[in-house]
Amino acid sequence: MRFDYDTSYRDGKRLLRYPSQKLAYALLALVLLAAPWLLPKYYVGELSYLFILSIASLGLMVLSGYTGQVSLGHSAFLAVGAYAHAWFLSQGLPFAASILLAMAISALVGLALGLPAIRVSGLYLAMVTLAFAILIEHVLGRWKSVTGGFNGLPVADPVMLGLDLSGLKSFYFLCLACLVIVLVLLVNLMRGKTGRAFVGVRDSEAAAASLGIWVAGHKVLAFVISAAVTGFAGALMAHHVRHLTPEGFNLLLSLELVLMVTIGGLGSLRGAVLGAFLIGMVPALISQIKPLLGERIAKQFGLEIFFFGLILAVFVLYEPKGLNGRWLKIKAFFETFPLYRKDVFRRGKTYMKSERYR
Amino acid sequence: MTAIPVQSESAGGLQVRDLALRFGGVHAIRDVSFEVRPGEIFAIIGPNGAGKTSVFNVITRVFDPSAGSVMFKGQDITRTPRHQVVSQGIARTFQNIELFEGATVLDNLMLGCHRFAQENFWGQLLWSPAVRNTEAQLRAHVEDVIELLDLAPHRNSLITGLPYGVRKVVELGRALATRPQLLLLDEPASGLNPEETRDLAFWIDDIRSDLGITVLMVEHDMSLVSEVADRVLCMNMGQALSTGTPAQVQSDPRVIAAYLGADEA
Repeated sequence: MRFDYDTSYRDGKRLLRYPSQKLAYALLALVLLAAPWLLPKYYVGELSYLFILSIASLGLMVLSGYTGQVSLGHSAFLAVGAYAHAWFLSQGLPFAASILLAMAISALVGLALGLPAIRVSGLYLAMVTLAFAILIEHVLGRWKSVTGGFNGLPVADPVMLGLDLSGLKSFYFLCLACLVIVLVLLVNLMRGKTGRAFVGVRDSEAAAASLGIWVAGHKVLAFVISAAVTGFAGALMAHHVRHLTPEGFNLLLSLELVLMVTIGGLGSLRGAVLGAFLIGMVPALISQIKPLLGERIAKQFGLEIFFFGLILAVFVLYEPKGLNGRWLKIKAFFETFPLYRKDVFRRGKTYMKSERYR
Repeated sequence: MTAIPVQSESAGGLQVRDLALRFGGVHAIRDVSFEVRPGEIFAIIGPNGAGKTSVFNVITRVFDPSAGSVMFKGQDITRTPRHQVVSQGIARTFQNIELFEGATVLDNLMLGCHRFAQENFWGQLLWSPAVRNTEAQLRAHVEDVIELLDLAPHRNSLITGLPYGVRKVVELGRALATRPQLLLLDEPASGLNPEETRDLAFWIDDIRSDLGITVLMVEHDMSLVSEVADRVLCMNMGQALSTGTPAQVQSDPRVIAAYLGADEA
């Protein structure tokens, strides 16, 4: 059994409060640091890709999970980040400057989308973002002088401070470091004033406005932050795929991102990372189990999409709070052992809001 | 506690002049005028659809009035942006609880302090010492509210898991956390049991006498109104019928007619 016993107002905001948590994260860090030497080469590359997906998923989580704005067009921000980064590199900019500029451009595109998009919500917002993604894909295909059109754009190797980071191991560590940095910055933002205001805007715009939260401003801010983070992931992804084509950033990628945040558990950064790992591993898992499925099924086209759908259906039915919800339950089980009660997590009553104004 | 201004003694009054609110042909409010004096508990009563909540929504700038003005502390707040009303010192609760359900009680109350949170964006990203200090200050302020309203047992609970009565109290606490000078309570006792209503009556009285906050409330429970309110405004069909002490208004024939129907004979 463990009781939270705060002795200072700062305790409540501390991230790693208990020795057991510190130990767990230290072990995780150790495993991640040792992984490139322990795992076969193929999996090291896969892990780097999962880290990149996690960053993108974190970006979408800020928008969808925290401010409750659905986006079906986040592959567009990945594309903008990737293309901008590749173009700046081809113009001879150093790696760090290029990646930051790519982030800034993605943030600006996010601002351009966010300003009109916050006027609509729910299904309509999903439509607007979807249209935006299709638009960006077309622009990338037609703007040949910059993007190389459908022939694609080659990406220069990442070189920082004279070090070539394109090697399997060094790229792994680059992605890991980027993920950790993004995660820590977002965790900080979400436990402060801005993160609280985001949740406020998500749960009740009327109440948020009455408390002095500038609702429209925070919605746009969420768009910008989300676009910047996702664009950052896009820039890293450019190095992963090495050759950018518009088809690489299609709607399926957007849907995968939405799946990651939903299955991970909306409103949780941990969920975003867990979701990205689960969804990101599906293609690799399928290729692993293909021999077991029999020839007929294994040859089917679109097996991935089928599994995505299956996973989503299972989660919506049995664990609407996602992987993060499951994680919290398992944690609570051990923390309150042997007094765990299932009902603690039973879904609470929601009182109908008959009169909602915005 | 330096970042949060202490409640000033001279909390100002609210003047509503010739207020009108029309939605097309529907007159939600017609030429309503009233004044809430500093330090007063003022109640608005009236049958359903009388326009009570609409008055609240005009004061807190959810709706633009079609005519008339709202003055608070001598300032015209009729065109203040909606999210700046609270910085004038006006806080409100909602008829149908509008809490942040995915957040804990503590975070809901912390959101009440949003206007005092002077946190630099980059400082927040880096969780700078300044931000940590601000957060601790806000927390100390929130703890005062928690103590006043006996919310300590629920501090870290999610709103989704709380019963209705507690949610009402949390919403009251969230409004108090904004350090208002004028508190608008929209049906604070609806859905509460008699015991909870009695607690609420004490709290409203404390809020006025100890914290010096002027209270404007919409309420149907006449026993609560007569117990705490200094003056009452009765509305019907968007119009002001009668203003006075609870006893005066209750015995006004027009008010009785509005509730029970007019006796023509």
